[in-house]
Amino acid sequence: MTDFHLTRRDVLGSGAALSVLQGNAAVAQTGKPSPAKLDTASRTRTAIVTFKVNGQQQRLDLDPRTTLLDALREHLGLMGTKKGCDHGQCGACTVLVNGVRRNACMNLAVARDGDEIVTIEGLGNGEHLHPMQAAFVRHDGFQCGFCTPGQICSAVGMLAELRRGVPSAVTPNLASSAMLAEETEIRERMSGNVCRCAAYPNIVAAIRDAAGTAGG
Amino acid sequence: MKEFTYQRPADARAALRAAGQAGAKFIAGGTNLLDLMKVEVEAPTHLVDISRLPLAEISDGRGVLEGGLRIGAMVSNADLAADPRVRRRYPMLARALLAGASAQLRNQATTGGNLLQRTRCYYFYDTSTPCNKRSPGTGCSALNGFNRIHAVLGASDACIAVHPSDMAVALAALDAEVELLAANGRTRRVKATDFHRLPGTTPQHETDLENGELITAVLLPSPPAGGQVYRKVRDRASYAFALVSVAALVERDGDRIRNARIALGGVAHKPWRAQSAEQMLIGAMANAETFRAAGQAALAGARGYGHNDFKVALAQRTVARALADAANPRKV
Repeated sequence: MTDFHLTRRDVLGSGAALSVLQGNAAVAQTGKPSPAKLDTASRTRTAIVTFKVNGQQQRLDLDPRTTLLDALREHLGLMGTKKGCDHGQCGACTVLVNGVRRNACMNLAVARDGDEIVTIEGLGNGEHLHPMQAAFVRHDGFQCGFCTPGQICSAVGMLAELRRGVPSAVTPNLASSAMLAEETEIRERMSGNVCRCAAYPNIVAAIRDAAGTAGG
Repeated sequence: MKEFTYQRPADARAALRAAGQAGAKFIAGGTNLLDLMKVEVEAPTHLVDISRLPLAEISDGRGVLEGGLRIGAMVSNADLAADPRVRRRYPMLARALLAGASAQLRNQATTGGNLLQRTRCYYFYDTSTPCNKRSPGTGCSALNGFNRIHAVLGASDACIAVHPSDMAVALAALDAEVELLAANGRTRRVKATDFHRLPGTTPQHETDLENGELITAVLLPSPPAGGQVYRKVRDRASYAFALVSVAALVERDGDRIRNARIALGGVAHKPWRAQSAEQMLIGAMANAETFRAAGQAALAGARGYGHNDFKVALAQRTVARALADAANPRKV
C-alpha cells in the first residue's frame, strides 16, 4: 500500500501529483487501532482515522474535510472507487461499509473511524474474480467501465439487502419478506448507479446471473 | 469546503454542550449537509457527529404513544422502511421512505436528518444568485426565474421553495410528533405538521427547532384504521424528488367514508396537510366524484408561478388517485 504509483493523471496535473505525494506520506500502517481519540470532547485540526480497508488495518491523519472517497483514492492509492459527481447522485463511488452499500463521496472519512470498508479491489483481483465481477464480464455489463466498480459494489450490497428482506419501491407486497432478484426489482434497487453508456440491459443480466435468478 | 473541526461525543448531553458553540452543527448521515458544505451553502466551523449516539432504536415499549412506535432519530431511512411493524401498520411511511433517494443514500440518511434536509431549489444551491433562504434580504431568484419545481401553496414573495422530504409527508398524515432535547435537559414534543414552517418573510427559519436543540425521536401514534397510500409523481421512475406526492388514508364504512387523511409533498415549504379536504370526505360516498372534489379542495388557494402552473392540476389529480387507491385497501 505504501508503493508509490504515478498514473498519467498524476503527471498531467502537478497539483494532483503533489497531493498524491502528500497523501502517501501520510499513510502510516499500524497493526493496532488508534485510541478512540474522536470520542473525547477535544477539538482536532486533523483527525486520526483508523479503519479496515479490504481486510487491512489503516491509520490516516486527515484533514476532517477529507471524504472517504478521497481517503481511498488519494491517501490509500485505491483508484478503483471512482469520483463521478462527488454529490451522491451517480453511485460511481459506491463501497461497502460494514457490508452495507454507501456513497463514499457522502461520507467524511473521520466519521467512518473503526468501520470495515470493502472496495472493488477487496472483492476480487485479476486472478480471482468475485462472482459479481465474473458475471459482469460474462454479460458485457459495461462499455467505458467508469461506473463499473460502483455498479459491482452496489450490486453486491443490493443482493445482501434482498437476502435480508429489505423492500423496495416496487416490492408489490410490503408484508412479505420474500423478494426475488427480478428485473423490475433490480432496476429500482440499482437506480442510485448511473451508467452514461446505458449498459443497463447487460448490467441487469449480469446481476440476475450472479443472483441465480437469470431466466431462460 | 470551508475548514471545520470535528468531534464525536459519546452521549446526547455532551453533543448538546458541544453544539452550543458558535458555528457548530450536528452531522448525522450527512447526505445533505456534506453536499451543501461542498458547495459552501453551509459552512459550519465545527461538526458534532451524532451518528453513533444511542438513538437508533425503533421501539413499541415504554415512552411510546399509546399503540404507536418510537423511532430513534438515528434510525436510517432504510432500516425504518424495512421494519416489519412499519411495513405492516404504517405502509404509507414505508412507501414514502422507499420512494425517496437511492438505496445507498437510504442506508446512510437518518430519520432526524431527513426532517432537517434543505430544499433542492436550484437558486438556493447556486451561491452566485440571490436567495432569501441562503442570504436573507437578497431576494428570491425563483419567483421570476425558472420555477418548475417550486411551491403552489403557502409560498411568499420571499421564497417559493418546497420541502423535499417524502418521509415527512407521511409523518404529517400520520399525526406523528417530533421529540426534541435541549441543552438544559428539557424535552418537548412538536406535532410533525407544526415542525416545519411556511416561508413568510423569514424563509431561513425552516423549522420549530430552537438553537441547540437535538431531534431525539419521531413518535408515531397508533395507526388510524383504513387503507394507506403514498403516491409520488416525478420526472423519472426512480431516484428523483417529487413534483407532487400525496400520502392518503381512507377508512370506509360500506360505500361511505368514515375517516380520511391527506398530506401533500412537493407543493409547499412544508408537508401540506389538507384538513378541509379531509373534513369534506367524512360521510361522503367513496367514489371518483368525491375524490375529485377532494383534490380540488386540497388545492384551494393554490397558485402557480409560471413554469410550475402544471402542479396545481397535477396535485388535484394525484390526490384523487391516491384517495381512490387508499379506499381500496388491497393495495398498499
